[in-house]
Amino acid sequence: MAKVTIDGIEIEVADGTTILQAARQIGGEIVPPAMCYYSTLKNSGGKCRACLVKVAAGSAKDPRPMPKLVPSCITTVQDGMVVENITNPTVLETRKGVVEFLLLNHPLDCPICDQAGECDLQNFAYNHGVSKTRYEEERRTFEQHDIGDKIKLHMNRCILCYRCTYVADQLTDNRVHGVLNRGDHAEISTYIEKAIDNEFSGNMIDVCPVGALTDKTFRFKQRVWFTKPLDAHRDCPKCSGKVVLWTKGNDVLRVTARKDQYNEVKEFICNECRYDHKDMNDWVIEGPRHIERGSVISQNHYEKIDLVKLKADVERQLKFQEGKRLNEANNTPA
Amino acid sequence: MGRKLLLKDINVPGIKSFEVYRKMGGYASVEKALKTMTPDSVMEEVKKSGLRGRGGAGFPTGMKWSFLDRKSDKPRYLICNADESEPGTFKDRFLMEYLPHALIEGMIVSSFALGANTSYIYMRGEFRWIFPILEKAIEEARAAGFLGNNMLGTDYSLELYVHSGGGAYICGEETAQIESLEGKRGNPRNKPPFPAVVGLYGCPTVVNNVESIATVPHILNMGGDEYAKIGIGKSTGTKLISASGHINKPGVYEIELGLPVEEFIYSDEYCGGIWKGRKMKACVPGGSSVPILPTELMLKTAKGEPRLMSYESLSDGGFATGSMLGSGGFIVFDETACIVRNTWTYARFYHHESCGQCSPCREGTGWMEKVLHRIETGHGKMSDIDLLVDVAKKIEGNTICPLGDAAAWPVAAAVRHFREEFEYHVRYPEKVKDPKHFEKEPFVSEKKAVAA
Ligand SMILES: Cc1cc2nc3c(=O)[nH]c(=O)nc-3n(C[C@H](O)[C@H](O)[C@H](O)COP(=O)(O)O)c2cc1C
Ligand code: SF4
Ligand code: SF4
Ligand code: SF4
Ligand code: FES
Repeated sequence: MAKVTIDGIEIEVADGTTILQAARQIGGEIVPPAMCYYSTLKNSGGKCRACLVKVAAGSAKDPRPMPKLVPSCITTVQDGMVVENITNPTVLETRKGVVEFLLLNHPLDCPICDQAGECDLQNFAYNHGVSKTRYEEERRTFEQHDIGDKIKLHMNRCILCYRCTYVADQLTDNRVHGVLNRGDHAEISTYIEKAIDNEFSGNMIDVCPVGALTDKTFRFKQRVWFTKPLDAHRDCPKCSGKVVLWTKGNDVLRVTARKDQYNEVKEFICNECRYDHKDMNDWVIEGPRHIERGSVISQNHYEKIDLVKLKADVERQLKFQEGKRLNEANNTPA
Repeated sequence: MGRKLLLKDINVPGIKSFEVYRKMGGYASVEKALKTMTPDSVMEEVKKSGLRGRGGAGFPTGMKWSFLDRKSDKPRYLICNADESEPGTFKDRFLMEYLPHALIEGMIVSSFALGANTSYIYMRGEFRWIFPILEKAIEEARAAGFLGNNMLGTDYSLELYVHSGGGAYICGEETAQIESLEGKRGNPRNKPPFPAVVGLYGCPTVVNNVESIATVPHILNMGGDEYAKIGIGKSTGTKLISASGHINKPGVYEIELGLPVEEFIYSDEYCGGIWKGRKMKACVPGGSSVPILPTELMLKTAKGEPRLMSYESLSDGGFATGSMLGSGGFIVFDETACIVRNTWTYARFYHHESCGQCSPCREGTGWMEKVLHRIETGHGKMSDIDLLVDVAKKIEGNTICPLGDAAAWPVAAAVRHFREEFEYHVRYPEKVKDPKHFEKEPFVSEKKAVAA
């Protein structure tokens, strides 16, 4: 066991626990945000840098502070470690920077994005960002792709968390997609378009923290906050069969796996459950799904602030871009 | 004349061949090590020599070797980092092309010290023409019994492979290199675990630079203590410097560490002074990743002491007034050079080479490049200058691998020492739209003119 102090709160956790997991055991505001780490996917984490924290004392044996901020999702605790998250101004400042970086090339087209309302990036930006971007350059853009007959890839929104590649590696027998190119031109791609085809591929949609991978059978059907989520299950020979039905009246609009309060799926589901049983009669309904903190739906943030604010942001941005283009056109000698 | 070790025989005709190399005393260290020493005693000599990694970070080689997990029953690997892609650095290429056996000899004794039976030379993909040179050297060494099974009649066996990279700077980062060698995308790994414990194929691995490895035979031949007498303080031995830019004699030079920077730039033995009779403006002493320094700080430290070519002296004053020896890519700028343009060029490189795994580097490098381009082409604002500093600060230290730092440092240093020139770009957009503006009308610092 290791005793660790996070933002002044002490907790004893099993050896090998990461700082992030220890913080989750404490719960509440001191839990660092995570945009790439996913507890049920091995090797995930360490990339987005949203979860960086300060280790003010490494361990009881070696109480020196760590020189750099460390990714809490992959750094294991030591006995006597002292961690600062929301109590450290540098951490908060750096996190603001990460929000800004993640939104830099992000289209922010929430008003037309299926992920809106259950988007980790919206939550992250809302909780940790600043409302204005200092970026005036043109955003990089990609074409939309169908990367399977049921999955749409909207690469402009991808934050390169690599979660979908781990799903393909760890849940399916053959990964046929991956990351192509480098840097801000890196993109998720299949070798041959529409190649993703296997029984668990739909889970890629659930793990995607943003609206980069969306369910084509649900696209544009309904804003999630106008649907009613129900816990349901069925006897499935391939998976646990435990799902959430997103319904309107008697219609099942979408089926997803169940996500916990950190928006993580603990039990993945098969494509048959996801796509082929959009009928109430196929399911045993357990009751309404309680959506926890990880979602703006439950907090009503989205309707109260985000939508209006983000829409304004988008419009301002569009106007700005247009103005710039006009400017450029005017300044270019004929 | 400074002491020469690595390039001592560079002018001997035919030194590329095994025969001539051997005649000049080559492979003596292999005989000595395999027949008279134990792996641990070889490592001891390297420790005593004080040799510091020549790939950029300057980490003591002997200490790195001692971290290798020897308790594990897995195989151990040595990888020679020959991915040399840092702008301004071209010493490893020179060494491999003209003295291939120096690297092969170094690989053999180093592998022996580490207990590696399979070792790799990971070579930059663009070095196509060096590939057959190394392959030939390996074949020659094998034919003479210096590679393969039971070398020189001992029970030590070694196989050596040259692996050609795909042309990505990031594959010079040791963990990206390991991934790439495993056949995967060259993404750096998060550390810990370090390669010494979990490296190639999950096995204990050491990654060393070409020059570090090629130095080991000299250490064994003369003894670690003797080697440590060369150089200055903790900067022992000799170092290859690849000098480029606005100097009379660009090229690869072997210097004894501790040589005054002024002598290196102006003496005819080395760079031969600034070209075209011009004055020097600035210098990047250790490859594009290290901070740029203006002439005053390059020749003398902030304390007024002469700056020396050594790890300590070049970094004297920290980043406020110092830089780093880095990989020895010594780039000199004359008075007509445009610092903003040069900084943009570097930023463009790092933007292009970021692997894209972590958000600060993936997004920040592109952002800095675009802002710098704007300033350089006369579209900048005064606030852009502080924006650059802030973006650099948000990248630095917050990424998986040091490429993020390497992208941030040059930008931060350029603004730190040449802010006036950035401001000039904002103030006179019409003038700087001409990329050759400073060649016609060198930039003159108003602040310095007032102070003088
Ligand atoms: C982006 C990046 C590129 C690098 N490229 C090289 C390289 O081309 N050659 C090299 O020897 N080291 C390179 N390094 C440093 C290596 O990671 C590693 O520190 C070095 O090979 C260790 O060798 P040494 O201890 O002998 O210096 C690079 C590091 C980074 C972060
Ligand atoms: S991914 Fe999230 S932040 Fe991006 S457009 Fe969709 S809802 Fe908005
Ligand atoms: S598509 Fe989604 S899950 Fe895949 S890397 Fe991009 S953001 Fe992550
Ligand atoms: S710092 Fe840059 S190059 Fe290094 S891992 Fe992160 S994105 Fe890749
Ligand atoms: S969640 Fe830790 S780095 Fe992304």
